[in-house]
Amino acid sequence: MAGSSIMESLFQRSLEDLIKGLRLQLMGGGESKFIAKSMEEIRREIKSTDIQTKSTALEKLTYLNSIHAIDMSWASFHVVEVMSSNKFAQKKIGYLAASQSFNESTDVILLITNQLRKDLTSTNQFEVGLALECLSVIATTDLARDLTPEIFTLLSSTKIFVKKKAVAVILRVFSKYPDAVRVSFKRLVENLESSNSDPAAAIGVFCELTSRDPRSYLPLAPEFYRILVDSKNNWVLIKVLKIFSELAPLEPRLAKRIVDPISEHMIRTASKSLMFECIRTVVTCLTDYETVLKLAVEKISEFFLSDNDDDPNLKYLGLQALSILASKEHLWAVVENKEFVIKSLSDMDPNIKFESLRLVMEMVSESNVAEITHVLVGYALKSDPEFCNEILGSILLTCSRNVYQVIVDFDWYVSLLGEMSRNPHCQKGEEIERQLVDICLRVREVRPELVRVARDLLIDPALLSNPYMHRILRAAAWVSGEHVEFSRNPFELMEALLQPRTHLLPPLIRAVYIQSAFKVLVFCLQSYLVQKEVISSSLDDLAPRGFGLHFDRNFPESSELSKQEASADCEQDGDFNPRLKRTAEDYTGDRIVANGQTSSSVSLENDPFTHESIVNLLHLIKRALGPLSGSDEVEVQERARSVLGLIDLMEQEIPGLLVREGSLKGEELQGLKVLDLIQHSFSKELGPVSLSAQERVLVPDTLLLKENLAELDTVCGDILLSPSSTFSLGNILFGEKNNTLQKEKESEPSTESTSLLAEHRKRHGLYYLSSTDKNGSGSNDYPPVNEMNNLIDGAQDLLKLTAQSVDSKKKSSYSKRRPMVVRLDDGDEEAGLAVEKTKDSKDDSLSGVVRDILLGDETKPMSSQSKPSGKSSGKRRVKEVTLNIGHPSQSKETLGEVEIPRQGSSNVHSSHGKERHRRSKKKDGDKDESSRKDKQMGHRRGRSKNQQSADIQTPAIPDYLL
Amino acid sequence: MAITTNSSRKRISVLCSRAENVSNFIKADSLFGPDTRLVYKHYATLYFVFVFDSSENELAMLDLIQVFVETLDKCFKNVCELDVVFNFSKMHTILNEIIFGGQVLETSSTEVMKAVEEITKLEKASNTITLSKSVSSWQGR
Repeated sequence: MAGSSIMESLFQRSLEDLIKGLRLQLMGGGESKFIAKSMEEIRREIKSTDIQTKSTALEKLTYLNSIHAIDMSWASFHVVEVMSSNKFAQKKIGYLAASQSFNESTDVILLITNQLRKDLTSTNQFEVGLALECLSVIATTDLARDLTPEIFTLLSSTKIFVKKKAVAVILRVFSKYPDAVRVSFKRLVENLESSNSDPAAAIGVFCELTSRDPRSYLPLAPEFYRILVDSKNNWVLIKVLKIFSELAPLEPRLAKRIVDPISEHMIRTASKSLMFECIRTVVTCLTDYETVLKLAVEKISEFFLSDNDDDPNLKYLGLQALSILASKEHLWAVVENKEFVIKSLSDMDPNIKFESLRLVMEMVSESNVAEITHVLVGYALKSDPEFCNEILGSILLTCSRNVYQVIVDFDWYVSLLGEMSRNPHCQKGEEIERQLVDICLRVREVRPELVRVARDLLIDPALLSNPYMHRILRAAAWVSGEHVEFSRNPFELMEALLQPRTHLLPPLIRAVYIQSAFKVLVFCLQSYLVQKEVISSSLDDLAPRGFGLHFDRNFPESSELSKQEASADCEQDGDFNPRLKRTAEDYTGDRIVANGQTSSSVSLENDPFTHESIVNLLHLIKRALGPLSGSDEVEVQERARSVLGLIDLMEQEIPGLLVREGSLKGEELQGLKVLDLIQHSFSKELGPVSLSAQERVLVPDTLLLKENLAELDTVCGDILLSPSSTFSLGNILFGEKNNTLQKEKESEPSTESTSLLAEHRKRHGLYYLSSTDKNGSGSNDYPPVNEMNNLIDGAQDLLKLTAQSVDSKKKSSYSKRRPMVVRLDDGDEEAGLAVEKTKDSKDDSLSGVVRDILLGDETKPMSSQSKPSGKSSGKRRVKEVTLNIGHPSQSKETLGEVEIPRQGSSNVHSSHGKERHRRSKKKDGDKDESSRKDKQMGHRRGRSKNQQSADIQTPAIPDYLL
Repeated sequence: MAITTNSSRKRISVLCSRAENVSNFIKADSLFGPDTRLVYKHYATLYFVFVFDSSENELAMLDLIQVFVETLDKCFKNVCELDVVFNFSKMHTILNEIIFGGQVLETSSTEVMKAVEEITKLEKASNTITLSKSVSSWQGR
């Protein structure tokens, strides 16, 4: 037996052998095979009865687990076995394995309680250390509860090695088993104040605890203050500063007290880390104290000096500190270091670049936004794609913040958006798209410029091949379709929308292009017809003959052709190829016509809607969209068809459209009316819609909403079937083109639907906009946005008309009046409010217990160890009566309300504190005395008589005038 | 809280791509949760990476790496890659003395060395006993 075990252990591969083997395999690439083989060995060895073999196997397994992520949860029982070995080396292997592999769901964790207890009480301090280390990682609620007495004893161990670990393990114990606070909190605090050892471990624990729930630890402020003043250990000082930066915002008097020691440290210390922590504390919570803030900013500037060996870390952290200040509206600090910040934009260190970019953006204001963004866009062109997009992103963010607050000149901003889109690295298409549309909706005055920018984007065929551009192009297409009336040349626009390279666009975006083309077409036709009606005779003279020839030659056959094509296409897809070929041939011819048309329209600037141009337009559309009427994409197909359908309809209703001369006849006016109706439905102005608009729609009494949507299935079933029916509908439309009656019927729905849409908008339009219910005018019309603005007078409501009184010092380029920007009352509010509150509500059980202890509630049964409590508990009971009105953790809130009844929200701690401050001033004399005693007594409060009487009025946290 | 890691493949690729003479901090929110950062430092072929959150001071973490490396240096006499590779258990012993349950516990390399030496002594003592015992039992056959 012994023989076999010695053979095993002699021939067993050690961890070192395993590592060597693995390194050999690194070259050959047989690593995984080698690991699999080793695992086989380990599985065999770990079952050995020899504890040495077993522990070596476990050590190897632990190694493989940590470096190669091999599962070791299956070996948890063996871990327990090795842990209980009485040889230190083996025990250590076991504990390491346990720390690494045990978690809440490990079942054998129940078995180790006694082993841990035994090791915690061992006379060998290193065994105690092992157990504590392990506990600090894996302690569960059960373990924490069962071992609290042992840990409590260790807290006052004479061996520093053990004591500091016992202190540190408390953090885990408290978080797993909050009731342990009742037993051991006092000893933990003693570790803070004791002069015998350094308080590093305890202060570390309090730093963690405070960061989770600062309010509960306010009563310990005197201890922390003493450490801040007395300690010489930089590590401890850093931690204590971190604690104060949590506490100071809660208690203004505390902030006042720590200003001096902190500036003292800043002046004296040579340690950069302590210096930075001081700076950070000042910029986060002591910004109200001017002298110390000035000192801190001075020290930040020193970080930027090059005599720090150009340490990039200092620069980075200094910039970070500045941006904390900038976010608190102490911009002067940034401006003081402006030069460095701007220089840092071209630093090679990405961290520094990003920080300085943030700072530069903080400096943006109405007066300098143009300059700064101009410089930044220049930087963006030169920098790498990542930083370039970071720059573009922050420009977009800053400029759009608070509904474009910093933008005065929207024409400039819109063209900036255009410029940014053209940056080859630009990946911010989505945001630019959003802003283009948003600005278009909100700012009426900018629309002409916006249409111009959109045109420039649309006519550039090169942009179509960049997928990041597609979103922007979509916005451009939409804008120019929606506001075609501002377009200088609708024909050119139509060409751009239908250019052959649009096949590079995704179908949904292409559909937007076609829809915009539809709007442009309607606009052109209407403008033409209206004008024809009015000045039909003069048109004759203006029309150049040369182009008439073109038209005569081209048009009849091509319109014929397109019809044939359409029908062929719908009936059988096999015919696809020849048709494609022909359109391609035609296309070249078409270009010439189009060019001619462009030049003609240029020459006839005053009156672009000539007969030729219209005919060419129709021709162009048919050629471009004809093939698409058979597209697989339903959006594209449908929209293409509605455009073609409109042309068809017009040709039928207004035969005169195709004839050059003569005014419209009676029945043709009918067609004009149809056009008018469509045009009308497009000309309604769209406005922004509040996010919560839907909620504000009252559910009518008559409306019955069903709980169960099962019936939807039948409806959806219909929808699923419908595509095929649309196809057949198309067939009828194009196939039986001789049957005019049929055609009329088919065309009806389109006009009907538009009128329905107009109806619908009339009826429900009000609901799409916020707060129009206040609009007392009673008009049923869908209200144009700006008109609405005038009607509503609410200060916070819709509009922010910044009647900018232009600063005389600022450049004259801003003499332009800022246009109206439509604002919605709630949708645009920044969603910061919700975030603020979350931290406050975190009243977990731990802080509840801590407050109990610190505020003197010790009535609950305590274990016998807590001797010191006996004396003072009688007096503390008075306090407890006032405190325990509600749940202990809520005591503060309750008190707050009792004390200040008119204060609506008990969550506003700062005002809470101030109120108290004012109140307590009355008793200044008394308080000062009691607080001086406080300082002497350390944390033992609740002693003086006047405090008792004060307790009834003052809130739970006693006085800290230190 | 501070967590230590030295060498993990995912991170190495990120770190190696960083130029010399740039700051040693990287935001690590995506890898380790909100508000975490990563600080790294390399000495010749040795890369050290510590992950920490807002309870720690950035520059102090850089110093802590220094403490760790000093300790390693004392322990192995001019520490090199192979020392780290082959001394899995000892690395843990050292780290456990410096960082305990995510908290920085000891920042003096002398103190750490003292503890590590004693622990090593203890380990060796218990091991020799094992060996001599089993050897004697083997001879006794």
